[in-house]
Amino acid sequence: MAKFNRQVSYFAIALCVLGVALIAFRHFVSGIPFLPGASQTLWAVEAKIQFEADKGPISVSFTLPNEHAQFVQVNERTASPGFDLMFDEGPKARVAKWSINEAKGKQTLYYLTELKVAPNTAASPADRPTIEKPRFLGSTATAAGSVLSDANTASTHPFDIIEALIKAFQTPNQQAQLLLQKSTVSQRIVQLLMQADIPAREIDVLVLKDGGRQQPLRTWIQVFDGEAVRIFDPSGKYNPAKTPWVIWEQNDGGVIELMGGHGATVGFSMLQKRVPIVSELRKAQAQAEPGLLDASIHSLPLSEQALFKGILLVPVGVLIVVLMRTLVGLKTSGTFMPVLIALAFMQTSLATGLIGFALIVGMGLMIRSYFSRHNLLLVARISLVIISVVLIMALFSVVAFRFGLSEGLKLTLFPMIILSWTIERMSILWEEEGAKEVALQGGGSLFVALLGYMVMTNGLVQHLTFHFLGLQFIFMAIVLMCGSYTGYRLLELKRFRRFLAN
Amino acid sequence: MMSTPIYNRLITPLKKRIMPWCIPYFKVHATLKKKGIMGMNCRNIRYIGRYNARKLYPLVDDKLKTKKLAMVNHVNVPDLLDVVSEQHDIPNIHAKVKGTAGFCIKPAQGSGGKGILVVLPADAEAQKEGVSWQRTNGKPLSQQDIERHLSNILAGIFSLGGKSDVAVVEELIQVDPAFTKYTHQGVPDLRIIVFQGVPIMAMMRLSCEASKGKANLHQGAVGVGIDIATGAAINAVQHGVDITHHPDTGQSLSDLVVPQWAQMLQLACACYDMTGLGYLGVDIVLDKFKGPLLLELNARPGLAIQVANNAGLLPRLVAVESRIQTHKTLGSIDERIAFIQQFLTAHRA
Repeated sequence: MAKFNRQVSYFAIALCVLGVALIAFRHFVSGIPFLPGASQTLWAVEAKIQFEADKGPISVSFTLPNEHAQFVQVNERTASPGFDLMFDEGPKARVAKWSINEAKGKQTLYYLTELKVAPNTAASPADRPTIEKPRFLGSTATAAGSVLSDANTASTHPFDIIEALIKAFQTPNQQAQLLLQKSTVSQRIVQLLMQADIPAREIDVLVLKDGGRQQPLRTWIQVFDGEAVRIFDPSGKYNPAKTPWVIWEQNDGGVIELMGGHGATVGFSMLQKRVPIVSELRKAQAQAEPGLLDASIHSLPLSEQALFKGILLVPVGVLIVVLMRTLVGLKTSGTFMPVLIALAFMQTSLATGLIGFALIVGMGLMIRSYFSRHNLLLVARISLVIISVVLIMALFSVVAFRFGLSEGLKLTLFPMIILSWTIERMSILWEEEGAKEVALQGGGSLFVALLGYMVMTNGLVQHLTFHFLGLQFIFMAIVLMCGSYTGYRLLELKRFRRFLAN
Repeated sequence: MMSTPIYNRLITPLKKRIMPWCIPYFKVHATLKKKGIMGMNCRNIRYIGRYNARKLYPLVDDKLKTKKLAMVNHVNVPDLLDVVSEQHDIPNIHAKVKGTAGFCIKPAQGSGGKGILVVLPADAEAQKEGVSWQRTNGKPLSQQDIERHLSNILAGIFSLGGKSDVAVVEELIQVDPAFTKYTHQGVPDLRIIVFQGVPIMAMMRLSCEASKGKANLHQGAVGVGIDIATGAAINAVQHGVDITHHPDTGQSLSDLVVPQWAQMLQLACACYDMTGLGYLGVDIVLDKFKGPLLLELNARPGLAIQVANNAGLLPRLVAVESRIQTHKTLGSIDERIAFIQQFLTAHRA
């Protein structure tokens, strides 16, 4: 046994050495800094084009983002097995053209680019659209006139008028409703602006959201006032001044043109990356072949990388649970339940998460205590609790939404089955050991979950776990050592404190 | 350096704040080490993990298996009245227990005393009304109540993870008169830790009002450390605090001496021989007519026994381990008991 313990130590040391070596390689060779500060933010954007091939030759044109005033393109590449690719530097926009003589079934093409959201002085300014007054007919003309004059009363400045129009369409009165019967909000707003001699156009914008997957392009509106140009979100969901975004297409055309296929869809995944300024240079030099050691998760498609950003944090949470249980001696209900709760907190934001957890578990315990009077079989009881939890989630989401709290919708991110088991276990504990033990274990779980949340949301921890895979080996070594730790737990010192007196 | 203003203003107050927190814990740590108090991690890794083979656990986690094994090995257990394993057998229970002086229903795989129902004959008045049984607290128990409890056990309400279970029905233990003054409801039992067949530490567990008739220390029962050499009380605790008298009966606990002590140790050692579990908790009760009976076995016995004995387990565990190293074998039951009693007498002074 002693020999085995020594083996454990050797194994742990080996893991540590491996981990440190990998970390050192990433730091010194790949140039990733240890601190997230010494770097700049890049957005890696991946467009995934999918379509069904018909018989015969296929050609796909995909509009690429031009260098505009808001961002700088750092690099780009494509992945499209079997297809010929050509970049067409058109007068208005760059277009990627894929073509193939024959293909069968579902096709997937990728376009990847890295962007930096920063003022770009080299880009040419957007050209102003010519005013084309729309012709409204009959009742539409009256409605348009009324909506426009309402918006005009407040101010005559173009940017104020569009804001008033967006508001008018958000809280639909009858006139606005009438206008929306045959047209979208953005189309109508552009028409009304043109009517008021204000140059405007619809543009396709990609809102950059860290870890976003399968995001669509959104139609926003570009408004001109003399030299000044501003962008507005007609749905009012985003504030363009506060959200990072890029214009994907602004020339009144479609993003994708497909010949020889059907059912084309485009989805965008994106990931925020903190990249050191130095490594960017080196990357440009060694673009072609990433080394084997460098070919970690960072060579995966972006959507998978975005997933891993969260997954790589799980070991941190697990490590905290191990430390809390073997070194401190905290009791938690369900060994790794706190990690799952912490992950849910990360999705919901802390306040919503805490309130949601308390509400669901509290209501669940109440419902469960009613069921317990009927002596049901275990499987049936748990199933009832699961259904109740689902209903509670639905109820709170609806109520929260009615009160205008979109946060309430995030309750669905809680792990339902785990919560149901927690409720079941806590309620048995309540019956057998009393409320004190429930508070103790529930409090312990919540404390560990909070600690996990705090560590896992820490920017430095996120930076280190995502960029240094070697860290996982060090976590493994620590857990291994914890697994063979025979010393006292911190809370045991308190438990056995009385021996000091004797 | 030590008298710089920064040091005086920042470090000194900080030290004053932190030190009261640190010193006792360091002291506690040192004291625990010196006394050889065993912690949970040490128990799990060094003793349970090393000496209790996983495949032997079912022998102790299933009370029915333990009972059958004990009967084969001539270890005394309370008489088995019935085993209910199917829903449709439940109504037969009434015929089996008819005419007994009370009985006890246990889930075979229950843990921590969960689901144990002690049934006593009802008062003469209730008997006239057709109720034949009552709970220990005097509340009447109808036939349906008993049937529902059995049904719950079969459904797995009390077993770990909700596995379906069987119900074991035993005759009621008649508390030995030596113990009646030390208990409030419930049956006092004796927990002996047996390491490699050597009984190394013992404790009486006395139920009381605060523990609601249960004998688990963390539920508020009184723990009385018992000297392995003599069977006499050493020290008593409740809720982790020393006490001298039973909280309900007022009986002085230092006078407690366990009768038939030699047989009890013999019984505990025999349990190691029959199960092969190296680190074992043996729970024994003393019946008025039948003497010491094995109640149940535990492959993960708790650490509170150290508090009741005001002594650590580690010195005794180490002594047994080194005895095995030097002598290869610990010998017969009598030799093992003689060894530990000699060791404890030698180290008491």
